[in-house]
Amino acid sequence: MSTRLVTGGRFLDRSEYAEFTFNGKPYRGFKGDTIASALLANNQVLIGRSFKYHRPRGIVASGADEPNALLNLGEGAEFEPNQRATTTELRDGMICKSQNHWPSLEFDLGALNNILFSRFLPAGFYYKMFIHPRPFWKHVYEPLIRQSAGLGKAPKDRDMDDYEHFYAYYDIVVVGGGVAGLVAARVAGEAGARVLVIEQTAHWGGRVLVDGGTISGQPACKFVEDIVSELESMGNVAMRKRLMGAGIYDHGYVLCHEQSDGHGPRHRLWKIRARRVITATGAIERPLSFAGNDLPGVMLASAIRDYAVNYAVSTGDRTVVVTNNDDAYLTAIQLKELGLEVPAIIDARLDAGGELAQKAKDLGIDVQSGMAIAEIKGRGQVAGVRICSQAGEGTVLGEIDCEAVAMSGGWSPVVHLWSHSGGKLYWDDKSAMFRPDTKQPPTGHDGNPFVIPAGSASGFLSLNDVLNDACAAGKSAATDVGRAVMDNAAPHSRACKTAPIEPVWLMPQGADIGKRMKSWLDFQNDVKVSDVQLAAREGFESVEHAKRYTTLGMATDQGKLSNINGLAILSDSLNQSIGQTGTTTFRPPYAPVSFASIAGEARGPLFQPVRKTPMHKWHEDNGASWEPVGYWRRPYAYPRAGESLRDAVNREIVQTRNSVGILDASTLGKLLVKGPEAGRFLDMIYTNTMSTLKPGRCRYGLMCSENGFLIDDGVVARIDENAFLCHTTTGGADSIHAHMEEWLQCEWWSWKVYVANLTEQFAQIAVVGPNSRKVLERLGSDGFCREELPFMSWKGALLDGIKTRVYRISFSGELSYEIAVPAKKAQMLWDDLIEAGGEFGIAPYGTEALHVMRAEKGFIMIGDETDGTVIPQDLNLHWAISKKKEDYLGKRAQMRKHMISPDRWRLVGLETVDGSVLPEGAYAIADGKNCNGQRNTQGRVTSTYYSPTLGRGIAMGLVHGGLDRIGEIIDFQKVDGTVVPAKIANPLFYDSEGERQNV
Amino acid sequence: MASLNCRVCKMLILKCPYCGASGEETEFECGGEAHLKRFGPGSGDDEFQGYLFDRVNRKGVHFERWRHSSGCGKWFHAARNTETLEIYGTYSAQVLEPPAEIREKISGKVPGWSWREFS
Repeated sequence: MSTRLVTGGRFLDRSEYAEFTFNGKPYRGFKGDTIASALLANNQVLIGRSFKYHRPRGIVASGADEPNALLNLGEGAEFEPNQRATTTELRDGMICKSQNHWPSLEFDLGALNNILFSRFLPAGFYYKMFIHPRPFWKHVYEPLIRQSAGLGKAPKDRDMDDYEHFYAYYDIVVVGGGVAGLVAARVAGEAGARVLVIEQTAHWGGRVLVDGGTISGQPACKFVEDIVSELESMGNVAMRKRLMGAGIYDHGYVLCHEQSDGHGPRHRLWKIRARRVITATGAIERPLSFAGNDLPGVMLASAIRDYAVNYAVSTGDRTVVVTNNDDAYLTAIQLKELGLEVPAIIDARLDAGGELAQKAKDLGIDVQSGMAIAEIKGRGQVAGVRICSQAGEGTVLGEIDCEAVAMSGGWSPVVHLWSHSGGKLYWDDKSAMFRPDTKQPPTGHDGNPFVIPAGSASGFLSLNDVLNDACAAGKSAATDVGRAVMDNAAPHSRACKTAPIEPVWLMPQGADIGKRMKSWLDFQNDVKVSDVQLAAREGFESVEHAKRYTTLGMATDQGKLSNINGLAILSDSLNQSIGQTGTTTFRPPYAPVSFASIAGEARGPLFQPVRKTPMHKWHEDNGASWEPVGYWRRPYAYPRAGESLRDAVNREIVQTRNSVGILDASTLGKLLVKGPEAGRFLDMIYTNTMSTLKPGRCRYGLMCSENGFLIDDGVVARIDENAFLCHTTTGGADSIHAHMEEWLQCEWWSWKVYVANLTEQFAQIAVVGPNSRKVLERLGSDGFCREELPFMSWKGALLDGIKTRVYRISFSGELSYEIAVPAKKAQMLWDDLIEAGGEFGIAPYGTEALHVMRAEKGFIMIGDETDGTVIPQDLNLHWAISKKKEDYLGKRAQMRKHMISPDRWRLVGLETVDGSVLPEGAYAIADGKNCNGQRNTQGRVTSTYYSPTLGRGIAMGLVHGGLDRIGEIIDFQKVDGTVVPAKIANPLFYDSEGERQNV
Repeated sequence: MASLNCRVCKMLILKCPYCGASGEETEFECGGEAHLKRFGPGSGDDEFQGYLFDRVNRKGVHFERWRHSSGCGKWFHAARNTETLEIYGTYSAQVLEPPAEIREKISGKVPGWSWREFS
C-alpha cells in the first residue's frame, strides 16, 4: 500500500489541495506535489503499460529519468501527450490519462503479447518476421503494429497556449541548481562575472535536501537556503527555476526549455550564448537487472527516499533495499527513521563496511551481504522478493514479503551536456561510471575549452568532493572570463567512510535465460538483458548497431536509466571492457522539449512576414484572391460577385486584349548597376551584350549560373552612360542581387561597379492593351507614340504631376507601358490610372491572366520552363546569347558535351487534338521501357492553360527533338492512365507577327 | 527520436571583417569553398570540371566564403576548423591567398597543416 504520511513533506503546502483525475477517477493531492507523488499518495501504483509487451508498469524514478510514468494531460486545445508524471507539477483541475492500453489500464488485451508471445518477440523480431512477403509490411503488418504499439495520442485540436523564444547572453551559465551549481555560481558571482543559474525542477538544492549532511557546520538545507538568498541578492547573478538545460552547441550556444510556473507563456525556449558553461547536472541512479525488476513497486532507492522526504509519501510499509553500493543504505535508514519497516538490505557485495552500513545495522536492519534477488514475487505489483546468493545461478535461499523494492546499481554522472558539443568521456573502473575527460573538453571559437563539469556530474559522489570540485569549477570559469577570483576556501563537509561500489550488471551473476528474459534494461522500450546478449551473438557488436537493433535507449527517456547497464551487458557478451565498448552518441535535447516551444511565436500571421506592395490595401479592398509569391502576396485574380476564379481570369484577359488592363508589377526585382565598368560587368552576368545598349533603350536578357543553367531573366534599361536598371523575376530579386555581389566581391573586385537593390523603393504599374496609350495621354503628358517612345525604350515622364519612368516593354504581346514610380506615390498614380481608364473599362488583372497572356505569346517563365536543369539553348533562346563575347557566366559550361547533345529536350508549343487543357507536368510517353522497367518518356509539359483568346487549351513543353518535330502528334499520359494526344506546334500561339505591339 | 542537432541550430559566431560586427551564424550565409580559381572558355574539360565541382571537404583546417547576408551584405573569407569548430580568423574576400598572419596562427595550432596549395 502506497500512502501519504501524516507529517513531513518538504515541498508540500498542506493548506492547499489540488483536485485532479486519473483515468476519470477523482484524486486529491497537495500544492507542491508532482503528479507522480500525488498518484503514489493515492495508492495508484499501476500507471501505464509497456510499449511492446503491455506489461503493467509503475513509477520508477522521481525526475527526468522516469521511463514509465508518461501520461496524456489535459483535453481539447490543452491536450498534451507523453508528459512525465515525475516532472510535472500538480495543478488543481488536472486531467490525466494513462497511455498505451486497450480497452483499459487494468484489463489490457495487448498484454496477451506478454503471455503468449514474449518468447517470440526478441530483439530484431520485427526485422526478421515481417520482411516477407514484401507487400505485407506496408498493408498488413505495419498498420497492425502501429495500432498496438505507440505511446501518447497526437493532439487533434489547435494548441491554444502561448509559447515564446528568449535570447540571452551571459559570461557563465551554470546548469543545475543543486549544491554544486549553487557553490560554483557563488564563486563566479563574487568574482563579478555575469552568471545565470538554472534548475530544471521547482526547487533549489538538488539531492542534498533529501540526502542531508552538514556543510561548513550547518545542516545542508540551511546552507542551501542561505546561499540561494545570497545569490538572489547579487545584481550580476540571475536565477531561474523550471528551466532545463536541453543542449550545448558550438561556440557556447546553450538551448534551454522553461516550463511555466503558472504565469506567462506555457513554455519558453531560451537561446543563450555563454562564454563558459558549468554543467552541474548531477547524477542518475542506475537500476539493477534482476528478474521482475519492472514490476510496479520496484523503484530506484533514491526515488523512494525522495518521495518519502520531499512529498511525505510512503511507497510501501515494508521496503526491501537491494544494492551494490553504500548510497542505498540511506534509503533504508531514512525509511526506518520515518517509522517504516525495512525487512532487509540485500547487498551484492561480500564486504559492506561503510559508515552507513554500520548505522543501518545499529538501527536493527538485517543486512544480507553477498546476496541477490532471484526474482520478484507478485502479479501486477510487488508482493515480496525471493533471494539467492549473488555468486550463484539463482537457487532460492529465502523469501521476504514486502510492498516495495528499493534498488541501486550505483550512480551515473549526467554527462549529456558535456558530450553534446564534443566533450569526451572515460570509464572509471573504480567508481564504475563514465566521467567527463577534462583533458578532452568541448572547445569554442577560440579553441579554448568552454564547458566545465562540476560536482557529481563530474563523477564526485561524496558531498565534500562535490563542494571542492564545484568551487574549483566556479573559479576556473570566472578566471576564463577575465575576473579576479577571491581566494576563499570551499565550503566543507565531513568525509564519510564508504565501502567501494562493486559493479553488478546481472543479478545473480549466473542468472539463467529464464531470468535474463525477465531482467529489464530499458523499461520504456521493453529491452531485456537477453535481447542485448542476442544482438551481440548476432554480430551487432558496435554499440550504435546494438542500440538500433534492440531499440535500447531509443525511447523518450533516451536511455537515462538503461544505457550504462545495456553497455555493460554488451561489453560482457563481447568480452571487452566497458571503456572499449564506449557509449552511444548523446544528442540534445537532454529531456524532451515541446514542438510548440521550438515554433515559439512563429505561427499564424507571425509565421513569416508578408511583403506588401504599396497597392496591397487597394487589392484587398477590390476583392483580390491572393497568391503567395516568396514573401509577397500578389493578386491571382479579382473575382467579382457571382464569378468563379476562372471566370475572373478569362474576363481580365479579354478586357486587356480588347481594351486595357492594369497590373501591379511592383514585386519585380529592380537592381541598379552603376559605375564606369557596369557594362563590362553586365556582359559577364547576362548571356547577351548589355554594354552596347544605348541610354534610353531596353533589352531582354538571360542570366545563367556558372553551371550553364538559366537562373533568371528580365528587361535591362540603360539609364545613362554609367547606370543600368536590371529587372529580375519577383522571386529572384534577393538571390540575383546576392549573385551579382558574389561575383563583384569575390572575383572581379577591382571592377568599378556598385549594385543596389531598389525593389522596394519603386512600385511598378503595367498599363496593357490597345487603349493603354490613350490612358497615359489622359494624365497630361503626350509623347507616348511609336516615334517618340518606340518599343523597347523608356523615358522619364510627369503623369498627373508625378515623376515616373515609363518603359515601353511588353510581357503580353499588347501595346504596353510599365510605369516605375517612387513607392510612396504609387497608390496615387494607380488611382489616377484607374480613373483615366474608366471610359475604356480598365480593370486590374492578376498573376494568372499575366501567365496566360505570356503563354499565348510563347514567352518563357523562370520556374515553369526552367527547373535548374534547363539551359537557354533548350528554350530556343539562341537569339539572346551572344556569339561574339569571349566569356559570360555559363558560357564554358554550355560548351560541355551533354549541353550540346541533340538529345536534349527542347521547347515546343503543344496543342491538344481535342482542344482540352493538358494536365500540368504530364509526361509524353515513348515506346519501350527503361532499365527500371518504367515507360520511356520523350517530353513533359512545362506550362498549360486555357486560352480565352483562342478558346482552347494551350501548352508549352520540353520535348525530345524540339521544333524539328512540328506537326507530329505525341501522347501525354494522365494520372488515370489515359492519354491525351497533342500536336507539336510553334509556341507562338497568338499574333505571331507581333502586329499588336507594333503600333 | 528527433534531435536538435548541430545542423538544425546554426550556432557559429563569426566576425565580419568589413563592418566589424560579431554575429550569430543566422546573420550569415556560407558560400562554400574559398579561393576558387575560375576557369572559363578556353579551359580544358578537366580544369573546368575541377573548378566547378571538385571541392575539398576535409575534417580539420578549411577555408570558406561567407556573406554577411543579414548585415552589411559583404562577402568575406573564414579560416576555420571543421572538426573543433575553432575560427582562426576572417579576412577580406579580395585576396588570392589567406593572410600570412592567419596561416601562422593555424600552424601554431595544427602543425604541418595543408589545404590545397596553401600550408
